Amino acid sequence: MTAVAVKGLRVDLSGRGVDVVDCVDFTIDAGEVLGLVGESGSGKTTVGVTLLGDARRGAAIVGGSVVVDGQEVVGLRPDRLAKLRGSTVAYVPQDPSMALNPALRLRRQLDELFEFHRPELPDAARDERIRTTLREVGLGSGDQEEDDAFLARFPHQLSGGQQQRVTLAMAFVLRPRVIVLDEPTTGLDVTTQARVLSTVRDLCATHRVAALYVTHDMAVVSNLAHRILVMYAGRIVEAGTSAQIFDAATHPYTRALLAAVPLVSQRRELTAIPGDTPLPGSRPSGCAFHPRCPDAVAECATTTPDPVQVSPGHVVRCLRATRLGPARTAPRAVEPRAVRQNDVVLRVADLDAFHGRRQVLHDVSLALAARECLALVGESGCGKTTLARSIIGLHHRHSGGITFRGGEMATRARDRPPELRRAVQYVFQSPYNSLNPRRSIGEILREPLAVLSPVPAGKGRAGRTRAAVSEVLERVSLSPTVAARYPDQLSGGERQRVAIARALVCRPEVLICDEVTSALDVSVQASIVRLLRRLQDEEGLALLFVTHNLALVRTVADRVIAMRAGRLVEGGPVDDVLDHPGDPFTRALIAATPEFGAAPPGVPSAPTSREDRT
Amino acid sequence: MRVGLVLTGLVLLVVVIGPFLAPHAHSDIIGAPFSPPSATALLGTDYLGEDVLSRVLAGGRSIVWISFVGTLVGVAVGAAIGMTAAYSGGVVDELLMRTMDVLRAFPPLVLILLLVSVARAESALMPLIVAIAWVPQVARVAYGAAKEVVGREFVESAEALGTPRMRIVRREILPNVMTPLMVDFGLRLTWSIGIVSAMSFLGVGLQPPAADWGLMIKENYQGLALQPWGVVVPVLCVAVFTFGTNLMTEGFARTVARVSPLEVTT
Repeated sequence: MTAVAVKGLRVDLSGRGVDVVDCVDFTIDAGEVLGLVGESGSGKTTVGVTLLGDARRGAAIVGGSVVVDGQEVVGLRPDRLAKLRGSTVAYVPQDPSMALNPALRLRRQLDELFEFHRPELPDAARDERIRTTLREVGLGSGDQEEDDAFLARFPHQLSGGQQQRVTLAMAFVLRPRVIVLDEPTTGLDVTTQARVLSTVRDLCATHRVAALYVTHDMAVVSNLAHRILVMYAGRIVEAGTSAQIFDAATHPYTRALLAAVPLVSQRRELTAIPGDTPLPGSRPSGCAFHPRCPDAVAECATTTPDPVQVSPGHVVRCLRATRLGPARTAPRAVEPRAVRQNDVVLRVADLDAFHGRRQVLHDVSLALAARECLALVGESGCGKTTLARSIIGLHHRHSGGITFRGGEMATRARDRPPELRRAVQYVFQSPYNSLNPRRSIGEILREPLAVLSPVPAGKGRAGRTRAAVSEVLERVSLSPTVAARYPDQLSGGERQRVAIARALVCRPEVLICDEVTSALDVSVQASIVRLLRRLQDEEGLALLFVTHNLALVRTVADRVIAMRAGRLVEGGPVDDVLDHPGDPFTRALIAATPEFGAAPPGVPSAPTSREDRT
Repeated sequence: MRVGLVLTGLVLLVVVIGPFLAPHAHSDIIGAPFSPPSATALLGTDYLGEDVLSRVLAGGRSIVWISFVGTLVGVAVGAAIGMTAAYSGGVVDELLMRTMDVLRAFPPLVLILLLVSVARAESALMPLIVAIAWVPQVARVAYGAAKEVVGREFVESAEALGTPRMRIVRREILPNVMTPLMVDFGLRLTWSIGIVSAMSFLGVGLQPPAADWGLMIKENYQGLALQPWGVVVPVLCVAVFTFGTNLMTEGFARTVARVSPLEVTT
């Protein structure tokens, strides 16, 4: 049974005649999970919200039809739409901490849905339904009092994973026919992500819900979606079953996306997609992907490709779909690099760190050799960022030794000699937060030079700093003209390059990278990872790479240490640890990391007749 | 905004070239008190028999100067205190901001009366008094804006570099609180004009025989029925000036909020 049918959908920026998405056709059957994959700016979220009859501010649905559960959504009166949303079509947002009302207790937020959509339902039945749903999303305990205590909490009293489960509960509590999930696991740890994903899978199967799962990460949908749509520049460029996409990807863009995903099972050379996703209004003619496409021919620039069926159910929008060779989804594996262990530059010995009275790090020791990349993995809250901040001198409450080339480092960055501050540099997690929005890139990059190695005033000073800025921009593969721009004029990947350039401009020996790719798209992540590896090879940098993503560790690091609740649980060469994990925690992390190439899910399972208690 | 610019420009024109156009010196007695407009005194005379027109033309200088300089100094000092408190945190934060809170408990006008009773009002001291009245309020605005900035990673990044504290406040924090500060400056300027004229009217501002719009209102309001121009014209001047600066700064604030940082900082 078809739950959603979208035909010829077009969304325009209001009044400008510029399409955000166009020619979008797809259907979702009841109980089926459809993955919608694309980079930022591809229009995937725009398509997602049209199922709720919505278009972002400044955009409007101008053509096509969206039929949800037999009802046309486009052009529906606002009051009818409001009835539909939440009851027939539900939405799970990307950031639950923004989506939940911080002033209301959880029970109140769940109750509101019933008050609006099902006011006739008696209190007892409502209560029963809330408890059932809570259990289904893995929050209920079965014990009435405990559940009541949980429902009496406020959103800020929950962890990120619990908050996302609450939004799932809110989406499923009214038993919708269709659910739209907009990157619901982006901000979560891998283990939490794995649990949320399996919850979504179970709920959709149990209640025969049609789901649209929007994401930028191919690996996330690999074990969840039955079919996958790949979107680029507002068009669906490839559609097929999960198996067809992962085993026989045909469109060059899909192949590029797959090649950008790091895998935990295999050390592979990540391939970045050159260039940026074009924005609505400045998309190239012909096939929008041709400027970034390795297989493009002259015809691609002029002819807009039509969908071509390459096998039953597998449709590709590419002129050369039938002529491209077999998929090269398996990029070449790289050999681990040989690192000499004897030249230790940074050593942390028996470090204990505190937040207030709480001890967050227990007896942590590590050594980082020159030219080595050491990965520090752990879940959020395990203390890995505190460790990184202690090393750079931003976290002061700690005891134990941090030494650089045998010399003790002061607790506060300010108390360290300039030489030490130069030698160890830090790259922050979010490039949206770590660059001053009111200063140009040039000013940002000149700052470390001005503070750490003041060039004596006089002739040639301006020229020398300008040369240093251009040079460092080139080292991170940016054009020197970027210096005149401001952070908000750059894309996320470009900003992170600038942040790396700021750390590199005074030629450090150790670079500490704190989750530097977690705010970025997978394809951009690949380019940043390649950049870091190149810098390491060319300049002999030692990297401390803090991350929660084990797949990335395999690609980036030479050695890895795993951290849990402030203690190091395991460490060693990457291949040894990931292939033969010794600690149960490491094993759990590896198991939770999404992986494709694993057995794809079969056809939508038949209704597993869990009674729908209405 | 355009209307505001024209009105403010008009007042400033009067202030700057007015004294040169005045037919009489501002403290010359040219006729009987409260005489109606005539050929020698186009707007009549005031309570002493001085020429109203000449006094209006000369009397704008003090109010414009005092309110502008006073607001500027007040916003600068307030911003410095607010940003320092927000960035330092801890004891310094508590000490500075609680002091500001105590001062903020007094309405600005009351605070000014208090200050005037301590120090005699002199033309040179007046801007300072206005400034002091605004400092706690501006400090609060700057503090709120800066508090959001100090926790951001680019400030930490500067700290990791060991950037001196003053430099962090000046180069990382200040550019990010400029927008609210400019908006605040506009508002305070408008209020300063009101306060400066109120001070003169209450007799704690400039003293006769100085020419000042606020002072003129006070001097002549008893003769309002006999010779309305001595009050109406200075009132109109103050009104036009207030209205003009208000419209102008509001338009400016709206522009600042809309444009990209590129256009603001260059």
